[in-house]
Amino acid sequence: MTVQTRKDGVTRRDFLIGSAAAGTGLVMGFSVLPRLAGSASQAIAAGNYEPSLFITMEANGRTTVHITKAEMGQHVGTALAQSVAEELEVDWNDVRVDYPSSDEKWGLMITGGSWSVNWTFDQLSRAGASGRIALIETAAKAMGVPVSECMAKQSKVIHGPTGQSMTYAEILSTQTIDRTFSEDDLKAIELKKFGTYSVVGKPVQQLDIPAKTNGTAGYGIDVFVPNMLYGTWVNPPVRWGAKAKGFNDSAAKNIPGYVKAVMVEDPTQVQMNYVIALAETFDASRRAAEAIKVDWDMGPNADVNSEGILQHAKSLTDDPNTGFAWVLEGDVDANMSGTTHDAEYITSLTYHGMMEPMNCTAQEAGGVMHLYTGCQWQTRCVAMVAEALGMEPANVVIHQQYLGGGFGRRLEPDAMLPAALAAKAAGRPVKLVYSREQDVWFDFHRSITYQRMSGAVEGGKLKSVKQDVCSGWATKRQAPGFLAESVDKKGRIDPFSMNGSDFWYTVPNHYVRAIENDLAQSATPPGQLRSVAPAWTFWAVESFIDEIAHKAGVDPVDMRIAMLDAAGKNAGTPPNSVGGAKRLRNVLEIAVGRAGYGVKPMGEDEGMGVAAVSSQERGSPTWTACVAHVKVDRGSGEVTVKKLTVVMDLGTLVNPDGVMQQVQGSTLWGLSHSLMERATMENGMIVQSNFDTYTPLRINQVPDMDITLVQNGHYPSGCGEPAVTVVPPAMANAIFNAVGARVRELPMTPEKVKAALGEA
Amino acid sequence: MAVLVINGASHVVDAPGDTKLLWVLREQLRMTGTKYGCGIAMCGACTVHIDGVATRSCQVALEDAVGTRITTIEGLDPKGQHPLQKAWVAEQVPQCGYCQSGQIMQAAALLAERPNPTDEDIDEVMSGNLCRCMAYVRIRKAIKRAAMEA
Repeated sequence: MTVQTRKDGVTRRDFLIGSAAAGTGLVMGFSVLPRLAGSASQAIAAGNYEPSLFITMEANGRTTVHITKAEMGQHVGTALAQSVAEELEVDWNDVRVDYPSSDEKWGLMITGGSWSVNWTFDQLSRAGASGRIALIETAAKAMGVPVSECMAKQSKVIHGPTGQSMTYAEILSTQTIDRTFSEDDLKAIELKKFGTYSVVGKPVQQLDIPAKTNGTAGYGIDVFVPNMLYGTWVNPPVRWGAKAKGFNDSAAKNIPGYVKAVMVEDPTQVQMNYVIALAETFDASRRAAEAIKVDWDMGPNADVNSEGILQHAKSLTDDPNTGFAWVLEGDVDANMSGTTHDAEYITSLTYHGMMEPMNCTAQEAGGVMHLYTGCQWQTRCVAMVAEALGMEPANVVIHQQYLGGGFGRRLEPDAMLPAALAAKAAGRPVKLVYSREQDVWFDFHRSITYQRMSGAVEGGKLKSVKQDVCSGWATKRQAPGFLAESVDKKGRIDPFSMNGSDFWYTVPNHYVRAIENDLAQSATPPGQLRSVAPAWTFWAVESFIDEIAHKAGVDPVDMRIAMLDAAGKNAGTPPNSVGGAKRLRNVLEIAVGRAGYGVKPMGEDEGMGVAAVSSQERGSPTWTACVAHVKVDRGSGEVTVKKLTVVMDLGTLVNPDGVMQQVQGSTLWGLSHSLMERATMENGMIVQSNFDTYTPLRINQVPDMDITLVQNGHYPSGCGEPAVTVVPPAMANAIFNAVGARVRELPMTPEKVKAALGEA
Repeated sequence: MAVLVINGASHVVDAPGDTKLLWVLREQLRMTGTKYGCGIAMCGACTVHIDGVATRSCQVALEDAVGTRITTIEGLDPKGQHPLQKAWVAEQVPQCGYCQSGQIMQAAALLAERPNPTDEDIDEVMSGNLCRCMAYVRIRKAIKRAAMEA
């Protein structure tokens, strides 16, 4: 598959703003062919433009921003449209969004990593600004006044000296616009500064919310196409590696509505193959799939269990020759003296659990395979379905729907593959919906992770840190092109399994080793789960700092602040990390102050713990600190959360209320992962099957939360994930401060807290 | 053939009597506001009212729904302006939104029975409804807002 490396997915081209004729509306988009002779209007008339890229304006002034990101609960459409509207000076009431189908012209289509606003804010701002400039120029000419005396506001161009004005609707319905901006022109536009915004930074209502209160929002599972069959996939007996050798559907033939079963190969090896029951009704396909007997070759993973995966990680880590260096600074081994400490940290197999199970409706028409579903990575999923079907990627189209939760799960093509293969085999469209059980069993889980840390303290600061990180490497499976060369040049590493361990503390001797757990990779094909590597790397780092600080007799907060000196490489670089470690120190100090850490009197068996993270990536940090306040029942091991104090600096809040929603939800995700969420594997299969055995947090388990969002006008970073990563170590540190029990494995169930109390 | 009364209108349905109401609503009548989440009454996404009682439609057989009055999210208010729906917008509750039909239907039953619910009432009645985006803080606020404004 092709992986485009330029982050915004747009190659170097001119930006065209034009209308074919007055009254036909305005198109703003990049030219298909760069430097084509002729004007924007000519190019648009000739079809040499991407008709829906970015922005279209109708003659009545209604403006549509076309969103190529997945709408999965983060209200990304609203935030991106705000970025455009701010500079376009269009009345917010005139703004709409839509979500176009997949097409190569959009470049890399991926939604994840808390990237969306961070990657596109500048580009969308410049697109909006160039539209405004074109509208002002056109109106000035029409009014016969100098451009320099005009400004735009609220969908209107105003001539300052006379007060004469033209609305955008008047301009668009009477004038022809024809303007081309080169990439240099776009770059030269002076954008508005933080503090002068009128749409960005305002808590406008999310455009997708009304439809989500009355049942009309359309998700993938809500799609119907004419003449479709329902398909249900027969469960393989193991998570991955089993292959159907044959099947017997005689019992299914008595089920009214049953049509037939098909056995189809999957050349992409997401599964080896599928037996899919097809029926005229949903219910009949479910019943038929249960009635069909399949003869399975069990494959290589039939004996794998969670404990074996963990033991395999330990032996891999024991071997000094496995893995490659992710961070290599100073000399760790020569500086392991003074107060030293070592510890191992574990996270469990974890399930995405979007409320809308995986599904896809596939329809082949005129040589094109149409896939109706919610997707976070159209570029990859189109390529894989095309490969499976033996079709050209240009002939596979994903029609984007609302996503009933994404969390990284819908980066995967696994529901599309059997739907498309079945549709092709049956010659009719197929709607395929996972049962909740299938969604649990055949998830691309967060793999079991195992980490070993050692370090040494001198003068109240860490002088050495060594961290071994052993996990499944989701990126290796999903997109090998995204693997990064190791700093010791010995091999390639999954950066998305390592991010976070390259932290912003100043530690002169620092070595981080990346180890792929090949057994986890095979038996539990790993996916990206909301917050990705920082969920485990910071779990280890932030727990370890607390442990070694206590051992050295230093307050863990004081130690962190001493190391957040923004020296050297930790000074940060514009735009994403300007200010560097000082910004992390700032949020930590605010969190500590707001919570009253070290000051507020604690009841018996109560304690506060802190953590500070720079999730998601070193290149795009969102500075986040948490103070957890807990009470621990020594008898039962039960942990009660009194309060979670979270402080986050993400520079600029494009939609502050949307950010608050994300941080509220992701803080609770962090708590859910701290105490509740755990899947296990036995005999190659996931043991849990539904929300009775896999148990995310519910409303009655929500603690008091105090969330502070810091704004300083720096470039916006992401907000959907970082809080997930900061809560678990803060919780572990609080439990330790409450009762002296150190829990080093997530989730921190009462049994583990009790066991740790026994060791205290 | 079975006749169901949904949101005040009669619908003729041709399906085996043990087909779950959820799938009759969604796949046969194409009233897709009611959502599938778990199929075992552990998530609440499929909540409808049967004779005014909040009920998991994934657990109700078609034959048992005959002769009842069924209300779905589509029929909670003719214009989608039930006090809870307005409060859900005012408090900007939904994130992905998938569970929200069930949340609103459950909350509507709560308010019908206890017009001024306490936090404990909300915990008790709403804890059967999972929200994976964990929009719980706002669900609670919106229920209280709706109670005040109703």
